[in-house]
Amino acid sequence: MSAPAETRWSRLSQFWSDFRQSPVAVAALIIIATIVLMAILAPLVAPQDPYNQEALELFDARLEPGEIGSGGYVHWLGTDAAGRDVFSAILYGLRTSLIVGVLAGTFALVLGGVVGLIAAYYGGRIEALIMRVIDLQLSLPAILLALVLVAMLGQGLPQLVAALVTAQYAYFARTTHGAASAERRKDYIEAALSTPIPARQVLFRHLLPNALPPLIVVATVQVANSIALEATLSFLGLGLPLTQPSLGSLISNGFQFLLSGRYWISIYPGIALMLTVVAINLVGDQVRTILNPRRSR
Amino acid sequence: MSAALLDVDHVSKRFVKQKSLGERIASVLGAGRKSEIVRAVSDVSLSVHKGEVIGLVGESGCGKSTLGRIIAGIYTPSDGNVLFDQKPVAKQQGRRTSKLTTRIQMVHQDPFASLNPRMRIGDTVAEGPVTHRIVKAREADGYVADLLARVGLDPSYRRRFPHQFSGGQRQRIAIARALAMKPDLLVLDEPVASLDVSIQAQVLNLFMDLRRDLDLTAIFISHDLGVVRHVSDRVAIMYLGRIVELSPTADLYAAPNHPYTKALFESVPRIGVGRRNFHPIAGEIPSPLNPPNGCHFHPRCPFAGPRCRAEAPPLTAIGSGRFSACHLNTGGTA
Repeated sequence: MSAPAETRWSRLSQFWSDFRQSPVAVAALIIIATIVLMAILAPLVAPQDPYNQEALELFDARLEPGEIGSGGYVHWLGTDAAGRDVFSAILYGLRTSLIVGVLAGTFALVLGGVVGLIAAYYGGRIEALIMRVIDLQLSLPAILLALVLVAMLGQGLPQLVAALVTAQYAYFARTTHGAASAERRKDYIEAALSTPIPARQVLFRHLLPNALPPLIVVATVQVANSIALEATLSFLGLGLPLTQPSLGSLISNGFQFLLSGRYWISIYPGIALMLTVVAINLVGDQVRTILNPRRSR
Repeated sequence: MSAALLDVDHVSKRFVKQKSLGERIASVLGAGRKSEIVRAVSDVSLSVHKGEVIGLVGESGCGKSTLGRIIAGIYTPSDGNVLFDQKPVAKQQGRRTSKLTTRIQMVHQDPFASLNPRMRIGDTVAEGPVTHRIVKAREADGYVADLLARVGLDPSYRRRFPHQFSGGQRQRIAIARALAMKPDLLVLDEPVASLDVSIQAQVLNLFMDLRRDLDLTAIFISHDLGVVRHVSDRVAIMYLGRIVELSPTADLYAAPNHPYTKALFESVPRIGVGRRNFHPIAGEIPSPLNPPNGCHFHPRCPFAGPRCRAEAPPLTAIGSGRFSACHLNTGGTA
């Protein structure tokens, strides 16, 4: 038998060797890593600070991809109507989109996880009440709910995250409830309760860790969903203000020029958004495959 | 004899099958079925004295595990009381049962399900005593090491996870977890039923050693008459929720009284005895959803008479310390 320190390590390396089975997932992971790294290092990588209005030259407006502007560098993805370098704007937009996605995903995970756990643990009327509210919410499209909430709460990052969390926690709650209900009936929970270990401790030390794996899968997918949802809201002008552009507002920014042949203003942010969302989903799919206990080894 | 450590006083447990929303609407409209009630344990009384081991024997579905869980404070009885040291073991709060004592601990049947798979076994063993301040948190490590050594495991294993152990080793861990609470009474629910026969012997010997060293009081639930004979001082035979015979082990094995007990002994295949002496009990165990009237055993009993169909025999004394619930002892079955 292996020593305990190696146990966690060997589990991780087992996980990685399982993950590697899918080259697509590995490629997706590399894409995500690159995107995140570029977003974090945006001030160093981007040739231009798109937030600095004074650095923008109207003279450089609507340059085609590959043209050299007044700054003396190549605008690889062109510029928009205000002379903003699209590549730089995408990098900064990615920052906003990723922050929103990760924040909304994390908060929705925590809120939904706790709600689902409470429903599964306490059962009875509490469970019935919580799960019916969740069902009701899942019957509404998330985008509709988010639209209404953003319209009510107003613009801004905290409001947007709050709206996304409210629209999405139900998925986490449903998943946690399912996983925790199955674990709840197992003997080790009964053994803990009959020691007796206090209910809250059983909930967080025994039930939660065992209900977590399916939640991780939902979390990866929901981060991608949050990013897409935020982009949709921003595209409709309800997300973040243009002074704090996300990928969604960048797409909307170039929308009016699409028909006049200046496709790059919208298309490149769109491709960046698509790459991010698809890559996260692919990685999530592979994680789900690995964590499925019924999968053939 | 001194006052009993544990008093099970006319305890019954009914499980009502929860009706679904549709069924509830149907019953409001007058079209519903009657709610299904399982009488898992009915009117059981039993006293356990300090230092003794009681074997609880019966076929699967006879309510022995339910009785064990009532005694361990996992369920509260529907009727009757379970008093440990004159105090109730558990109380019902709404739908939840909260256990009031740490001095009764339970060992579950399946050691693959009874240990948290994501917790190191040292933490599993230490959790109860640290929570209840039986040991200080910083002394827990040494405490766990001692316990693991006591149940025959290498103390250095305490940072491992359950999946790294075999079934027998896991059952030792589960026993260590129960012992960590310094219990006065141990409820063992078929602790060896899911283990290989060679491992069964090891775990049973461990139990015997612990019993001798720690002066344990225990309720040992099993369907295996051989195992129970080996470990218990007294044996209670259960059939469909009732105790039908309660007797010191030696007397019971020498001369079983109740027809069901006799039938159980005869249904045990023995090496070296001809096939003709092997009599399985006729018929199936009836559903506890719909138990027979009178004596629960009468549909399968070779001695059953009209009285058995009408009247349930009470558990009555038939000798010193011996009890049996059969009309044959009290005026016949006619």
